[in-house]
Amino acid sequence: MEEQLNSVFASYQGEKSELIPVLQDVQEELGYLPEEAIREVARFVRLPEAKVFGVATFYARFHLHPRGEHIIRLCCGTACHVRGASKVADRVKDVLSVGVGETTEDMKFTYEEVACIGACGLAPVMTIDDKTFGKLDPDKTEKTIKKFGEDSSEGGEA
Amino acid sequence: MSAIELTIDGKKIEVEPGTTILEAARQLGIDIPTFCYDPELPSNGACRICVVEVEKARALVASCVAPAGSDMVVHTASERVINARRAILSLLVANHPLDCITCEKTGECKLQDYCYRYGVADSEFSGEVKELSDDDSNAFFVRDMNKCILCGICVGKCQDVIGAGAIDFTKRGFVANVGPAFEDSIEDSTCVFCGLCIDSCPVGALIPKYSLGKGRPWEITKTRAVCPYCSIGCNVNLHVKANEVIGVTPVETNPVNRGHLCIKGKFGWDYLKSGDRLTRPLIKSNGVFLEVSWEEALALIADNIDEVKTRYGSDAIMGLCSPKTTNEESYLFQKLIRSLGTNNVDSYTRHCHAPAVDGMMEAFGSAAMTNSIEELSDTGAILVVAADPAESHPVISYRVREAVRNGAQLIVADPEPIGLTDLAQHYLPLYEGSAVALVNAMAYIIIEEGLQDQAFIDKRTEGYAAFKAAVSKYSIQDAAEVTGIGEEELRSAARAYAGAEKAAIISTVGANYSAAGGGLVLALANLALLTGNLGKESAGLYLPYGENNLQGVSDMGALPAVLSGYQLVKEKAVRDKFSRSWKTEINQNAGLSAAEVFTSGENSAIKALYILDENPVTCIGEENVETVQFLANLDFLIVQDIFMTETAALADVILPAAAFAEQEGTYTNTERRVQLTRQAVNPPGEAFPGWAIIAELAGWLGFEWIYDGPSDVFDEMTSLTPQYAGMSYERLKTRGLQWPCPSEDHPGTAVLYEGRFSRGLGLFTVVDDQTAVPSRTEISVSSAAAYHACQCQSDSMSKRSVINNFKRDSGR
Repeated sequence: MEEQLNSVFASYQGEKSELIPVLQDVQEELGYLPEEAIREVARFVRLPEAKVFGVATFYARFHLHPRGEHIIRLCCGTACHVRGASKVADRVKDVLSVGVGETTEDMKFTYEEVACIGACGLAPVMTIDDKTFGKLDPDKTEKTIKKFGEDSSEGGEA
Repeated sequence: MSAIELTIDGKKIEVEPGTTILEAARQLGIDIPTFCYDPELPSNGACRICVVEVEKARALVASCVAPAGSDMVVHTASERVINARRAILSLLVANHPLDCITCEKTGECKLQDYCYRYGVADSEFSGEVKELSDDDSNAFFVRDMNKCILCGICVGKCQDVIGAGAIDFTKRGFVANVGPAFEDSIEDSTCVFCGLCIDSCPVGALIPKYSLGKGRPWEITKTRAVCPYCSIGCNVNLHVKANEVIGVTPVETNPVNRGHLCIKGKFGWDYLKSGDRLTRPLIKSNGVFLEVSWEEALALIADNIDEVKTRYGSDAIMGLCSPKTTNEESYLFQKLIRSLGTNNVDSYTRHCHAPAVDGMMEAFGSAAMTNSIEELSDTGAILVVAADPAESHPVISYRVREAVRNGAQLIVADPEPIGLTDLAQHYLPLYEGSAVALVNAMAYIIIEEGLQDQAFIDKRTEGYAAFKAAVSKYSIQDAAEVTGIGEEELRSAARAYAGAEKAAIISTVGANYSAAGGGLVLALANLALLTGNLGKESAGLYLPYGENNLQGVSDMGALPAVLSGYQLVKEKAVRDKFSRSWKTEINQNAGLSAAEVFTSGENSAIKALYILDENPVTCIGEENVETVQFLANLDFLIVQDIFMTETAALADVILPAAAFAEQEGTYTNTERRVQLTRQAVNPPGEAFPGWAIIAELAGWLGFEWIYDGPSDVFDEMTSLTPQYAGMSYERLKTRGLQWPCPSEDHPGTAVLYEGRFSRGLGLFTVVDDQTAVPSRTEISVSSAAAYHACQCQSDSMSKRSVINNFKRDSGR
């Protein structure tokens, strides 16, 4: 990890104002922000660890735990909610045995719920990585995830 | 810019531009509620409880951030305002445990007070509530974050004021909280347990353990006293219920600590209640201590002193005074010893500070700190060498942080990172033992680049030519090699120090543990002389002492060659003055120093020794074999202390003394400020204030001393001591007074050497040891020793306190 961190730090001065870009680059490099990385970033930009931890936990874009190979984002916006997103959510959690924000044991999937992804016409809708799956019901969702797990090169439908 | 006139609640007021509506209202005595506002921190208008209605403004404005505007008409308690405040309180209360009946904060909780004021009994919003478990991890305070209203004051204080950076906001939205990194416990964080978060928390989220279940605010009386630990002399309010100290808060209105404390002041006072306190006089009989009456103990002392005096002469008697005693006690102590016909009186820990004392005497003609603690906040540059004030004198580090927030340049030179490294623009991790070379190199650069204050040098100093020649002998490359600091870093540090209008230097007792300690003090004095940074505000040399009254005990003449005010024993006029007042003859020969005597072993000329509050047997943490041998050889040893120390155990008579909270008196802090400390509780058992014990003993020894109280002693002392001449208890009440204060209308002296040094001209001294190859084995100039040094004489207190639980490396 030390090498990876140093390669990120190399393009910065170690100023307090660089905290967020440094965190972004470190996450890009490591996939998430492990405790040790937060400590090192704090030392590098000369801020208290508490401050860096605070920033890292404030923004939803920063992750303190390893993330799965694929990121499932289920829309829980108004339109999706009305059309049964909560039942879809239950099924996803059931199939993957994870809670919101968690990652499957095999590190294949991370499940997140988001507010609106701007595809209300397809409600209920989810994305897996950069592919969108719409007009979901629990069964269809389960099938999609299973299929995705077997062959992640499968194209999405939109 | 012209003043701004506005109207608040029908009252007109003129304020400076930039004043907020809140500040303007406070000037009018209008109390606008606040949660997240703190005068010491940047306002962010987050909590909204301070909203007010401004005519013609569309929305309510947060008065803590809104600047007052010309012709503004403000209503602070209109119906609209009150409804808004009620809504905010209702939202807060919706997620706040309403266990006020048992809450420690009841009676001084802002949330409770405002709910009372605006009639909010319960919340109109019901929903999920926080269910966090208490953080009970540490010995000092409990954190119940269910009560936290997220005002953020503790975060700001911890990061900006104290610099511990232990806590911040974590997460966001409903689960937002305040806490350490990684949701660790406080015990595992960088917390330094200064207690400022506790003192500034508006609700009951942070409660010191010492006060749990001990009493309600309205049952407590507060007595103002001075902290007994280090030489800063922080003012504290002792919270007392039923003759027991149950808490401490900082005094906010004094210039020394301005509402701040460190772990020692906030938590270190519980030794007062230690079971080890001495409560009755003890006499050793066949190797065992027996409790006796005061009369018996004092009669035995008088008999033995008389016998030693008759058999060996007066010079076989000695007094050793602790730098923890009050001015009154130490003054009477040296008076008593001298009245017995000898000048053998000394303060043992003076040797720890000898390099600082000697160096400053040589350069300026006086050893006292040149400037005041509060001035540090306004300085333009600060050089910290061989010091870790965050450890040894935390309040100084708070002022340094404030200075940097105000734009000062900070230069930290230490082999290891110290508690201020994080905010230093110039961090110079020099090789151990190379501090003198570094300071000389800075002087060289300043001269080479023409940054010196030539007018000051010409008019106020001597020895410049020789000094200039000496520092010019070596190239910057030489210095870079010796110190391990590159030329560019050396140059930018030198420019930062010399370029500031006012620059200060801080070096603590660490300097005194260095082999080059004395040299370093002289080199630093040279640097200040070179840049004209003496005799003016916010400049000078800050070499704070360790112990709380080291300055005062020296001022009082508990030294072998001088009487109070450093008046020389060898001068007849001085002796005559004191003889007249004391109605006794003063011996014309200077006395023996403690250092001489304590190393004289079996051949010592001293037969009877009287020790005040001092534990030389284990000073600096180790048993001193030579000292034990010396003490064991005495005919008669008297120890007056608050505890049965290792030294007291060797005594023939032990006298139980009162501790700081149990007596009235004065202490003189390291910036020469004489401060009044008051009695909050009675001493335990038959213990007495030290000054009273000495005065009583004087009677048994045949002297007719009559003092009604400590202020009588103080008045006698001021009549004989020019630096203190204008002082009285009445004048010391609020801010204290800094000496010299020669007359009753003199305001005291914050800055020494305005216009003249004590020796006339400031003296440059050649400190030429930079050719020496720095030895890795040399005692570090870094401040590892500083903390322990500060603990040295306080150890008997701190080891009987909860603060003994705090030993880990902190705040790095």
